[in-house]
Amino acid sequence: MSKMKALVCRECGKEYPTKAIHVCEMCFGPLEVKYNYDEIKEVISRKTIADGPNSMWRYLDLLPVEGTNFVGPHAGLTPLVRAKNLGAYLGLNELYIKNDTVNHPTLSFKDRVVAVALTRARELGFETVACASTGNLANSVSAHAAAANLHCYVFIPGDLEAAKVLGNLIYKPHVVEVEGNYDDVNRLCSEIAGEHGWAFVNINIRPYYAEGSKTLAFETVEQLGWKTPDQVVIPMASGSLLTKIWKGLHEMKYVGLIDQVRTKVNGAQAEGCSPISTAFKGGYDFFKPVKPKTIAKSLAIGNPADGYYALKATAESYGAMDMVTDEEVVEGIQLLAQTEGIFAETAGGVTIGVLKKLVKQGIIKKNEVTVAYITGNGLKTQEAVIDAVGRPTRIQPSLVAFEKTFKLRKNGGGDA
Amino acid sequence: MAHQSHLRFHIRFPEDKIRQPIIYQIGHEYNVVTDVRRADVRDTTGWADVEFSGETTEIERAVEGLRKKGCVVDPIELNVVE
Repeated sequence: MSKMKALVCRECGKEYPTKAIHVCEMCFGPLEVKYNYDEIKEVISRKTIADGPNSMWRYLDLLPVEGTNFVGPHAGLTPLVRAKNLGAYLGLNELYIKNDTVNHPTLSFKDRVVAVALTRARELGFETVACASTGNLANSVSAHAAAANLHCYVFIPGDLEAAKVLGNLIYKPHVVEVEGNYDDVNRLCSEIAGEHGWAFVNINIRPYYAEGSKTLAFETVEQLGWKTPDQVVIPMASGSLLTKIWKGLHEMKYVGLIDQVRTKVNGAQAEGCSPISTAFKGGYDFFKPVKPKTIAKSLAIGNPADGYYALKATAESYGAMDMVTDEEVVEGIQLLAQTEGIFAETAGGVTIGVLKKLVKQGIIKKNEVTVAYITGNGLKTQEAVIDAVGRPTRIQPSLVAFEKTFKLRKNGGGDA
Repeated sequence: MAHQSHLRFHIRFPEDKIRQPIIYQIGHEYNVVTDVRRADVRDTTGWADVEFSGETTEIERAVEGLRKKGCVVDPIELNVVE
């Protein structure tokens, strides 16, 4: 029997075969993968995982693919950094950064979900993959498709920044620039996915694609010595990452890898696009869509597909949500870089900004084991910090000028 | 013969229109068949997941008609651009 039992509707519970479908035919609710946990429990152990590859594929038994012909074989298993400096600054004794700024191959957590999506798409017989994206997802799909010899279409809004377009073109996919805004691209891609036999990673392959996010939870627990953290802070765009980290933590319990889940999951958004956090803080179980206006563009989803489920997961875990201004996003990026040497993209600034707020509010306490998820590399969003980092100190090319500028005396210490 | 489609949408109603039969009206004003599969209507908010069947151009007109009535219309998947 396959480890995948079925695709199941998250609303009405109706089950479907594990094909390229994403919406329940009965109630139009979203589908997700249901597993045979009892059977997985028989084969998975801490040892089988430790003996597995040095990538996220070491958790293969809990991922929705059937074979081992992986697309993206090196994704995941990124460092869990003990952030002593940032912890000391914030007043936390045991803070960790899950550092997906160095994920392979395109330096964001999207390499996890895309690796799963394209591996599954190839298993299902697709030769063409596609996505609708404004940034990290397009980079990752383009790179993985190139390496896997898959045809690739990337749909982007017509007004996307040149640097982001270049980041896709280098892999030579078909980059389709749609004359219109974000909503127009959104609608068009939904219609194309319905009409053409392509694997749209974030549409008809979404049930598989989203499962890749669970590996962030698996790795965190393994890297903490098979313990769940007390608190996690997760950036939210669609809300899928948060819901899947919550799912992943519980799956480890279902299959006997850990005894209990004691984690509070906390969600982070930017004020300029915070439909989920706003609903949470207002005490609602539903959100109102917004028009995004924030520098944290990788989180700028105004009508998030998993917003409702993120609210539910956070409530179940007794976690919290909050949001930060664009100024706080930049401060968060700087703080992480200057304390831990990790240059995060704007989503990372959101996570650090909200972490700081939650500590200040007493929601995250000094002795709690806390993990902050940093999901993308700062080299991708340099424009966000260009006005905040200052300029180099300019000097004449002489020793005297150097020593005078920095008020240094000869033999004043150093490595010589 | 024009191209027939079955397109699914998530429709969000403006607060002042929650008590109006908007889906019924659209089915009469345009040549589309509307099939509501899931909905949540409360005092101040309301949404419905609906399939529209008909000629593609007529469905597009119906969607535009919904927008003119103040509704927010998204694909059933909501936002997919990430």
